[in-house]
Parts: sequence; C-alpha cells; structure tokens
Amino acid sequence: MRRRTIKNYRQESQLFVNRALTSAAFAILLLCLIVARLVDLQILSYDHFKTQSRENRVKLVPLPPTRGLIYDRNGVLLAQNLPAFSLEVTPELVDDLDATIAQLAQLTDISDDDRQRFERLRRERRRFDSIPIRVRLSEREAARFAVNRYRFPGVDIEAKLVRDYPLGANTAHVVGYVGRINREELEQIDPSNYAGTTHIGKLGVEKTYEDLLHGRVGYQQVEVNAKGRVLRVLESQPPVPGKDLHLNLDAGLQEAAFEAMHDYNGSAVAIDPRTGAVLALVSKPGFDPNLFVEGIAPSAYRALTQSPDKPMFNRALRGQYPPGSTIKPFIGLAGLELNAIGLQQKHFCPGFYQLPGYSHKYRCWKKAGHGSLNVESAITQSCDVFFYNLAYTLGVDRLHNFLSQFGFGRPSGIDLVGELGGLLPSREWKRNARNQPWYPGETLILGIGQGYFLATPLQLATGTATLASGGQFLSPRVGRYLEEPGGKGAPEPIRPEVRRVAWQDPANRKIVIEAMRKVVEGDRGTARRIRSDAYHMAGKTGTAQVFSVKQDEEYDEDTVPRELRDHALFIAFAPVEDPRIAVAVVVEHGGHGGSVAAPVARKLMDYHLLGSTQ
Amino acid sequence: MRSALSTINRVAPAGSSRPQGLLARVHLDLPLLTGLILLVGFGLLVLYSAGGEDIGLLQRQGVRLAIAFAVMAGLAQVPPAQIRRWSPALFVVGLALLFAVLIVGEIGKGAQRWLDLGVFRFQPSEMLKLAVPMMVAWYLAEQPLPPRWAHLMIAAAMTLVPMLLIAKQPDLGTALLVGSAGGFVLFLAGMRWRVIAGLTALMGASAPVVWWLMRDYQRQRVLTFLSPENDPLGTGYHIIQSTIAIGSGGVYGKGWLNGTQSHLEFLPERSTDFIFAVLSEELGLAGVLGLLALYLFIVMRGLFIATQAQDTYSRLLGGSLILVFFVYLFVNMGMVTGLLPVVGIPLPLISYGGTSLVTIMAGFGILMSIHTHRKLLPT
Repeated sequence: MRRRTIKNYRQESQLFVNRALTSAAFAILLLCLIVARLVDLQILSYDHFKTQSRENRVKLVPLPPTRGLIYDRNGVLLAQNLPAFSLEVTPELVDDLDATIAQLAQLTDISDDDRQRFERLRRERRRFDSIPIRVRLSEREAARFAVNRYRFPGVDIEAKLVRDYPLGANTAHVVGYVGRINREELEQIDPSNYAGTTHIGKLGVEKTYEDLLHGRVGYQQVEVNAKGRVLRVLESQPPVPGKDLHLNLDAGLQEAAFEAMHDYNGSAVAIDPRTGAVLALVSKPGFDPNLFVEGIAPSAYRALTQSPDKPMFNRALRGQYPPGSTIKPFIGLAGLELNAIGLQQKHFCPGFYQLPGYSHKYRCWKKAGHGSLNVESAITQSCDVFFYNLAYTLGVDRLHNFLSQFGFGRPSGIDLVGELGGLLPSREWKRNARNQPWYPGETLILGIGQGYFLATPLQLATGTATLASGGQFLSPRVGRYLEEPGGKGAPEPIRPEVRRVAWQDPANRKIVIEAMRKVVEGDRGTARRIRSDAYHMAGKTGTAQVFSVKQDEEYDEDTVPRELRDHALFIAFAPVEDPRIAVAVVVEHGGHGGSVAAPVARKLMDYHLLGSTQ
Repeated sequence: MRSALSTINRVAPAGSSRPQGLLARVHLDLPLLTGLILLVGFGLLVLYSAGGEDIGLLQRQGVRLAIAFAVMAGLAQVPPAQIRRWSPALFVVGLALLFAVLIVGEIGKGAQRWLDLGVFRFQPSEMLKLAVPMMVAWYLAEQPLPPRWAHLMIAAAMTLVPMLLIAKQPDLGTALLVGSAGGFVLFLAGMRWRVIAGLTALMGASAPVVWWLMRDYQRQRVLTFLSPENDPLGTGYHIIQSTIAIGSGGVYGKGWLNGTQSHLEFLPERSTDFIFAVLSEELGLAGVLGLLALYLFIVMRGLFIATQAQDTYSRLLGGSLILVFFVYLFVNMGMVTGLLPVVGIPLPLISYGGTSLVTIMAGFGILMSIHTHRKLLPT
C-alpha cells in the first residue's frame, strides 16, 4: 500500500488543465442548452404562455342585473329588492368549522334548517366561496356580530338584495314569488344570461314576465390570484337592469276583497271590461311569498301543503266550480240570439220540470213554482224550470258553441301561469272523456249551470266582462306596462288578445242586462240587498252544490255542516250604462250567492267606482 | 507562517494598484469577489420581488449573506496546506455525524436531515459537500495521476458512502451534489475516459435498480417530469406554472415587481427553489442572459484559479468546488425550465435560505485562499 510512484508534476498539471478546459466547454454547452430552452419558452412559445398566464389571472365574473320592481296601477310597490344581511362563512379561512358554527350559534340563532342548507351549499361551492349560514339577520343581530367579528376569522356579514313582497299573502297568487333556480329551470334558461343570477320567478307575474324583469347580465374582467381571489377589476360591462312591471292590479281593491270575504275561503276576480285589465285577483287564503325567496323551511312548507284550507291553491285560476245560476243570463242570451225564444215568450213554472216521456221531476229551487215568466223575469227570479226548458230547446250543441264565445270551457289566456280551462261539456267531450252518449237530462242541468259544467272564477269574470263590454272578449291582463327603471324611455304597453262575439240583435243583450240589473235593483231580485244608490249594477247570484240532495230530501242550509254547504257565487258589472268593472265572486261553502257573495262584489264596486268601501 | 506569506504577497506582481494589494493582503480575489457581489445584489433585487416586496425577508437574507461572506473571508485566510491537513479529520467527523443523524436524527420536513445540537440545528450533509471533495482530493493528491484502479475504488468509496447515507435521509439534491463533488475530483484527477464511459453505461443499466430503490415521491417526481400535464393541479402544478411564468416573460419580461405568475401566487416556492422563474418572468430572456453571464464569469474565474493552483490538492479541490457550483445552477435552472426532474436544489446565491449559502461561500473562500496563497515562482 505504501508503494510510492514518482509523480510527474508537470504532466499532472497539464492533465488537469485539459480536464478543466473540458469542464469549461461542457459547462458552456450545458448553459447553451438552458439558453435554447429559454428561447423555446420565451420566444418561440411566447404567445402560448402569454395567453396561459393571462388565462391564469384574468377571470370573467358575471354581474347579475337588478331585478325590475313590480308596482300596482297606482304605483304601490308589490315586489321590491331589499338589502338584507346574511352571515357568511368562508370555509377556507376557518380552521374548525364545527366549532366556529357552534360559537356563532351562541351569538345568533342558527336553526337546524340553517345548518342543513349550509352543509348542502358547502358541497356545491368552492372552498374560498362564502356560504350563508344565516340569512335575513336583523339589524340588531348584524350589529351584535359586528362587535364580535374579530373572534371569527373567515366569517363575515354580507349585504345583498333580497326580493321582498310588502303586501305578502294578499298578492301572493298574482305577483307570485322568486326562488332559487332549480335543476329543471336551469335547463330552460339561457345559462350565460343567468350567470350570477341565483333567483328566478316561480309563480305569478314574477314567472310570466321573468325575461323582462330579469334584465341582461353584465360582465367584469377581474384579476385573480392562484386561489381565485379577486384582486382588481380590469374591464367591466355593466348589466342592464330588469324592467319595472306596472300591473293593472289595484292593491287597495285587492285588499278590500280580502277583507270583504271575512274568514271564508274563495276567490274574487275583478276585470275592467273595456281593457281586459285585471283589477283584483283574489284567492283566499293566501300565503306569505317571502317565505319562499331564500328557500322555505321544511316545517313551514309542510304546514302550507297540509292545511285543509289549501292556501297554495290558486282558486281564481284553478278552482273549477259549477257556475250554477250565474250562467242563466248567458243561457237566456243564447235563447234570444239563437231564436229559440222570443223576447216576451213565456213559460210556466209549476215548481218542477219533466222531460216528455220521463217521470223524473227536475225541481225548481222555488217549490211552489214561479208561474208564468218571460226571459227577463226568469233571469231576475232565477227560475230553474224556465232554463231547463230553454236548454232543452236549444240543445247541448248550440249551447256549447254559444257559451264558448264567452270564454267558457277554455283558458282565458291571462298572463299568469297554471290557469285551468274549466269544463263546458259537449257531446263530443262526453264521448271522448267518458265514452258515453249524451243524455237529454244532462242538457237540462247544463241550463242551470250544474252537472258537468265547471268554470273558474276567472272565467266567470271574463264571461261577465265580455257581456258587459257588448261582446268584446279580451284575454285578461294583470300586467299593464313595462318601463325602464326610473321611468326612462317609453313604457311598453301589454295588450290583451281580442275576440268578438257575433251578435244577431243588440237588443237581446239589453234585455239580459236589464234582467241582471233587476237582480240587484228589482223588488224581487235575488241580490236586492246590495243595491247601491250611487250607481246602477247588473248582477246574477248563483249557488253551486257541493253534494247532491236526493229526490225526496230537503236542503237546509242551517243544519248542513259548513264544509258541505253550497258554494255561493255572484257575477256583476257596473255601472250598467258604461261598465268599468266586472266581478266574479266565489265563496266556498258560503250558502246562497245573494247573501254572502254579492256583498263582496258590492264592496269591490264601491271601492273601484266610489273610491271607498262605504 | 502567516506573516511570512504575507511578506511574500507584499512583493506580489508589479503594476498592481493599491486596492488590489489591499485585497491581496486579506486574501480576497477581486474578480471573483466582484462577480459574487454583483450576483448577490442581483439576487436580492429578484428576491425582493419574489418574496412579495417583504423587507423583513430581505433583511433576514442579508444577515445570512453577511454570515456567508464572513465565512468566505475567514476561510480565505487559511492556507491551502492547512485545509489539506484538516481534510481527513473533517471527513471522518462529517461521516460520524451522518450516522448520528441516521440514529438520533430528528424528524424535520418528513426527512431526517437535522441534528439538534441544543443551541442550533445542524445539517451534517451540508458539511460533506466540502468534506467529500477535500477527502478525495487529499487522497488522490498523494497518488500518481491519472489514478489507478485501486485508488479509483477507494476514492469512489469515499464519495459513495456519504452520498448513499444522504440519499437515504432522503435528500436527493444534496446527495447529488456530494456525489458530483467527489466525482469531479476524480474527473479532474484524470480518470480515464474509457472508465468514465464504462461508468456512464453502468449507470444507465442500473436505472431500473435505482427506480426500485426510489421512494414513491421520488418516482412521482420523475413521472411528473416526463409528463407534467397528466396531473396539472397535483404534482405537475409546479412545473406547469413555472414554464408559464418563464414563457410569458418573453424577451424583456413583464417588468420588475410586475410578474403576475409570482405576485398572484400561481408559482409555488417562488422565493426559494423556483426563484429563477420569477426572474425569467419579470426580466425576460434579457435578464436571464445577464444572470447566466455572471454565473459563467464566476465559474470560469473559479476554473482559472484551479488551473493556476500550485499543488495537486488545491487544483483538484478548487476545480471540484467550482464545478459543484455549476451543478447547483444548472440543475436548478434545468428543473425550473422543465429540462430536468424536480430536485430540491436552490439557485445558488439567489434563492432564499441559509444552509447551502454558507457552504457555497465557504467553497469560494477556499478558492480565494488557493489563489492568494500561491508562492511566487520565478517567471
């Protein structure tokens, strides 16, 4: 091991120099490799990486437009956007979520519903997104949190605009409400225009006029960091706010109708016969639409859906009732127009009616009979026998065709969703729906608005308005016009569709209207209690049977339990000379139309024509 | 002895100006020192931007630099002969400490690298970056060169034992540097080309074995290097974001303090291992070429000093130290530009952090010592 060889220092030195030079050459070569790579990245691929770098940091953030407001015809706010405080948690910034929420719960109420919603949203969103743990904080709660804010990193109070319906239950069935966009709706909307929008119209005009109320989304180009946090705004295109919607509805009239119906369930619809404007559309009971805006709590929703009063059911649009005697003016008009009966032609009422060759007795509501009546007094006194006979004379086909001109049997085309068309029976309908022939007896009870015949309160109101306007069928309109927020630009009017009833002789209509006037103003009229000295009103009472009375039984209103009592109906318009309001009222289980439904109509007319309910 | 040497130096080359004479008296090499100061100054500018304009960070780095320069200046005073005498002892102590780390090593960052000495924490692998080339140079300087097989084997063992111990910690970056330090001594000592070629072939053949020995995260790094786009948000994220940063810098860069990739935090490890990407993004190709020029100057000056050394030990050690410095910068740049797999090696004298800084500057101290302690020979 200790074997020493003589070292040649000069040669070793030369060897080293060679190796050092080789190293230097190699180092330069490797640096050239680095430079080549840099040239590749920074010059040849510069555009590519520049774009990538820009895409990294620049994000397009949608700016949701402010939803248009909804006003009644007098400028009363029906739907507004209120700033509301919500308590939001950013999971990324919170070390122990459960502990933080537990501490927050000591400071402010956090219900199980709140927790469930928070957990659901947390799964859907990114870690740096803030998620509401409590919505609609009171100012007091917001202030209490603000004082303790330092204890909760990652928790903050957010102010945002929340849809609010000041009149609540009164207008819920007309104005509707907005709610969070669900999966189904997501497939139908334009996703780019709804980027950033969380809510959408679910019901009422909020749904019908959704596109116009919503507005157009704006965009903001922002610079974000690697975590997606917005650092500054580079460029922005402001959103176009939704248009304000002005309704034909009169909030005062709507409220008056609610009050006039006391604790009854039912519906009242008021239409301006000249324009088709829906002045009031009441379905009672209503519900609080504000509950739905931020997502209704399961318990509250259960209470609404399980209530026997069915507050979510829109009786005005979807409640299908037998029209009862309120159909008689239309049948009478049909008889005159189709020459089935002369103006003064009389029919004798013995208190019952029998079809030739049948023993079955079709009773008149007046057991003793009305005696001899012409069409006018038959309407005024609401004689059933007269209309049994008239319907039999006309036949189901002619009746069907005539009545359909007034909108019976099909949806009116109102600017609200979910409307039902009622049922105006015909031979064809019965063959298709029941696979049965039409029986003559069915024609008889059609004449008094019973049997298969069903109409919604809205249809009764439009039919009445058509009669009042002299045969102009206008599809009812809740919306009146749309306007840029702040009243800029010309308002865009909302127009009804128009159809005209083909008249044989205008005098026929006058006779029927005169008969209806006498219902209210005549000595023997069934609604004479609501006669007004201030204006002339034409009307017709009606009663819709909830359960049938057998041939030999008596119906006694006082002994029958309320839920089995007849529905009270009333249709009317006023002033007779120049009708400005047509009304249909249905009071469920209200008994006779003249005593319960007619006073409601009177209050509506007083409010509309006289400006007060007195 | 010191006084004797300084006396000789005082009569150093004629025509040298006063300051040069002053520097020579304190055993500092002016060109190397200038290069280092320029590099460090440049590095502080980049670090200021990369660290998010944090003056505190800059101050901490300044303190480390001051310590590192002090170590350099201190070592420059020690004559190479003295350093040579210390070599075996330093190597043995370093190796012992490596074993100590292995046995009582504290878990830090999931790797056993630190030795807690109570007062401060010490990283023995750092010490071996110097001890291994010193030991191999000490050993080979005694042998006739080019080295024979037996000598080669012993020198290789001196390199491989500490290298494998460090790789086992696991600290791949340091193991690579320690291994290359020993390897460079062998290369500079004149290891025959056919041996080099044979070893290269052997390494290629043993690649599967290495793969088998590697830990999961190390394999992942290699896979990521081969195709970073397979996992853009996971392991490939570093390299994708750093190439975006570099590429988007273009020729002139986005401007100092204006790098979006770094300032918006897309770029990870931006003040440490990936600081080169920040520089490339903000100062562009022009800035990078400036940096490369500085590095090249320092490396060339170092190699020049090594060739001017008057004994084999100094030559081998000096050459190896400067080539290891080159490995630092090449591996780091190669990694950040995506040419090499991700290995935790900082950009020398620019990346934030202190441990390797001291070792690197110690190496320059030794180089300066070699150059300034030369005996004047008659020309």
